Formats: sequence, C-alpha cells, structure tokens
Amino acid sequence: MRAIITVIGPDRVGIIAEVCTLLAKYNVNVVDLSQTIMDSFFTMTVLVNIGAANASFDTIRDALIQKGEAMGLSIRIQREDIFTAMHKI
Amino acid sequence: MNHADILQTLDMIDHQNLDIRTITMGISLRDCAHPDPSQCAQRIYEKITRCARDLVATGEAIEREYGIPIVNKRISVTPISEVAAACDSEDYVPFALAMEKAARECGVNFIGGFSALVHKGMTISDQRLISSIPQALAETDIVCSSVNVATTRAGINMDAVALMGRVIKQAAAKSGMACAKLVVFANAVEDNPFMAGAFHGVGEGECVINVGVSGPGVVQHALEAVRGAPFDVVAETIKKTAFRITRMGQLVAQEASRRLKVPFGVVDLSLAPTPALGDSVARILEEIGLETCGTHGTTAALAMLNDAVKKGGVMASNHVGGLSGAFIPVSEDEGMIAAAASGVLTLDKLEAMTCVCSVGLDMIAVPGSTTAETISAIIADEAAIGMVNNKTTAVRIIPVEGKDVGQSVEFGGLLGSAPIMPVHPESPAAFIARGGRIPAPLHSLRN
Repeated sequence: MRAIITVIGPDRVGIIAEVCTLLAKYNVNVVDLSQTIMDSFFTMTVLVNIGAANASFDTIRDALIQKGEAMGLSIRIQREDIFTAMHKI
Repeated sequence: MNHADILQTLDMIDHQNLDIRTITMGISLRDCAHPDPSQCAQRIYEKITRCARDLVATGEAIEREYGIPIVNKRISVTPISEVAAACDSEDYVPFALAMEKAARECGVNFIGGFSALVHKGMTISDQRLISSIPQALAETDIVCSSVNVATTRAGINMDAVALMGRVIKQAAAKSGMACAKLVVFANAVEDNPFMAGAFHGVGEGECVINVGVSGPGVVQHALEAVRGAPFDVVAETIKKTAFRITRMGQLVAQEASRRLKVPFGVVDLSLAPTPALGDSVARILEEIGLETCGTHGTTAALAMLNDAVKKGGVMASNHVGGLSGAFIPVSEDEGMIAAAASGVLTLDKLEAMTCVCSVGLDMIAVPGSTTAETISAIIADEAAIGMVNNKTTAVRIIPVEGKDVGQSVEFGGLLGSAPIMPVHPESPAAFIARGGRIPAPLHSLRN
C-alpha cells in the first residue's frame, strides 16, 4: 500500500533526516520526495510504500503525528488513493 | 503525484471544510415483523445492532487512513409502518425506542426510518405510526421521522397533508427539537443518506452503504478565483470542483462497502452546508454576485449551481442517487441564517428556490402561533412543486412555542440556529378542510 506523507511548518535543519529516520525504523520505503519553501514555510510531500512496514498504519500514523508535535510541524500520512481519486481520471 | 495537487487537497480539508458528510447504512427490517409488538421491537433492535455493529469503527478507520473527516455515521431502516403493520398495537413509540437503543449501541449520530409512505392512502399501520410521531420524537433524541404525502404519479394526499400540520403542532408542543427530526416529503427517495429524511426503501436490498458528500466551502473558494467571469466559466468551475469532491465520496463509499462487506448503493451529490463559517451554500450564491442571498437573481444562481454540481458529480461516481442537489436548510447554513435574519430571505423566496434545487423548505423556524392549517398549506405548496416538477421536495418546519418574528431559536450542533420567519397570517383553513386527494398531474400518464 502506498501513502503520502506531508510535512508542513517552519523550516529548520534536519527535518528530512528526522522524518526519514523514523520511516526507516518502521521499514517504510521512500518512493519519491518533493520539497519546497512556500511563504517561508517548509512543505514536503513524500510518497512511501508501507507494504513491508513492521507496524500497523495507525502506529506509524501516531508516531508521525508525535514527531510532528515534537518538532513544531504538521506531519500527516494519508493513503495515496485519495489524491489519485481527486486529481486523476 | 503532483506536489501542488496534494497541497490543494490538504488545503480543502484544513481550510475549506471539505469532508464526507455521512456514511449511511441502509438496513431492511422487513424480516422483523411479528404480531407481538415487544418481539417485533426486539427483532428491530437485534437486526440493526447486528448489521451496523462495525459501521462507526470502520468509518473512523477510513477517516484515519485517508485523512478525510467523515462527519456522520448513520443508519436508515425500512419505514416502520411497514415493519410494524402485523403488530396488534396502537402505540408505535416502542419501535422508535428500539431504534434509539440500537443506534446508541452502534454509536451512530442519527437513525432514520420512523416513516410512512402515504402519498395515495393510509393503512391502519400508517395512521398508527403518524399518530405516534409526536411522542416518539419527544422520547428519543436521535430517531428521525419522515412521511411521504405526495408523488408525481399519485398526486397529493390532502388528508395526510392536513394530518401532518396537526402532527407538527403536537410534536412542537411536546419537544422543541422534535420538528427538527421530522420531514414531510413529496417524491421521497429510497436511498437518501441524509437526515432527517433517510429511510431504507422497499426497493432496496438487505443492507447497503450510501454516502453523502459535502463541500460548499470548496466550491465557494474555487469561485473566488473566477470573480467577474461569465457564467460559462462559473458553471465549469463548479463542475470541476464537484467532480473532485464526488470522487472522494466514491472512494470512501467503495472502501466502506468493501470493509463492511455490504454492497455500495449510491453517492448522493449534495452540497450540504453546516452552520460553520465557510461551509455555506448561501455564501456561494453571494460569491456568484448577489449582495445577499434571497435577493432577485437567487433562484437563477441556485439553478445553475445545482445543475453544475450534478453534472460534475455524475461522472465521478458509478452510482448516483439520493437527493443529489444543493441543500438550502436555513438553520444549518451560516449565510442563510444571516440572510433570513436580515429579512432579505423570506419564506416565499425559499419556496421559489426549492423549485430548482434539492430539497425543500428545510429547517425553517416559524412563530409558535402558526396554525396547523397554515403549516399544512405550506406543505401542500411544496408538495405541489415536487409533484408537478417531478422532483423531491420536503418541508421541515419548526413552530417555536412562545416565540415570534424577531426572535431566534438555537438547535445546537449541525442543526444550528434559526431566526423565526414570518408566515402569511391569512387563513387557508377552508382549503385544508376539504381533504381528499389532489389528482396526479397529466405528465405522469406516460405508459
């Protein structure tokens, strides 16, 4: 199953490193990553494959939310299908 | 996936109130009939709790995985007048209590189907159900009731219209909230997922999942980008937005259906507002160019909006049904509340608007002194619009005891608040006293 992780918040050193370290801990593979600064806000979208993950979707989701709270960022994970449904015919 | 598309979706959810308004499980209760009323009620309770046991948990899991709010999880059931017809009991309140108990056990927000279909005539069971409505709605919190009094093919049952005027008055006298849970329909649909009018029609299967989408805030936001553009552009913008919203509804509906192992029924393509800022159908009409919703031009703007929502949505779902159109409930729409409070939006204008959109005079508060005959006459007018135009119309009207024009009433939550709107004081009593049936209009005789 593929999912999209979005990270939004004030820029700082090490955001990508910390998020990817957490993903590696759960054996979540990064497929694609796109990052930009919009209105001085760091925004990153990460396409991941959680098919081989060693934890449930909810566990990974909770860990990402907690990580976001600790770093002062909004981090969320959503199944990719919702974006595909809305933006592709 | 495109970075910008992803962020656009998040913006819709975070700032434009994009959500799935409801996942509604329709459950047939026709196998719950039993001559003993207490056994019938027990069967109703057991069937609902068995079918809908996992509904809320499944809805919440989908919310978490897709990151899209699903505001309501609801249940609709076979009209209780059909289920209870075999019972030797005058009092149908116990069936409403069984529905309430089952719905609470399942954790849903509302359960609909304390209903009767009486567009041509009333069975003894229909009469018993209708006379039980005031007490049933007073004794329950989340049970919704509906009565269909007219269809295009059958005409208008004016005896039922007269009766419903009295029932609404009785319900209002017993409980301030009762009338917010009671809808009088013309051309009621069998697969509507929205309350208070949802019931599981007799043409439906054993159990089904219907989904109602929403998204007035998203449409309004999209239109802000095309200010001053001609209507062709406005309609196209609405269509594209409705397509996206509906695709999300279709995805959620299919996923819920798969996980619950219950067939997918329909996606209802409705623009369902809430009292929250930025979630209003009235504000869309104002964005189109009206100073205040209810002024001249409102009906035309709403007609275009309603049509464009359907055109955009219909391609996004493989089964479209329910009410499918823009809702204009006064108390549940922040812009409608403001327009009604300012006196621009009147009952007469709302009636005109119901000719071109879904569904009818919805969540309208009127003075407590409004007579049963006036309420019946309002119902008759709406039913006539539905009958002649081959569409669903409905009346959900709340006579507020002890209050008059200039005051307002608070329902709370999604039901919002409503200014008391004036009704015409001239009496339609002799019109209502005639009874009988208004014959079906000629265009129904096509066979």
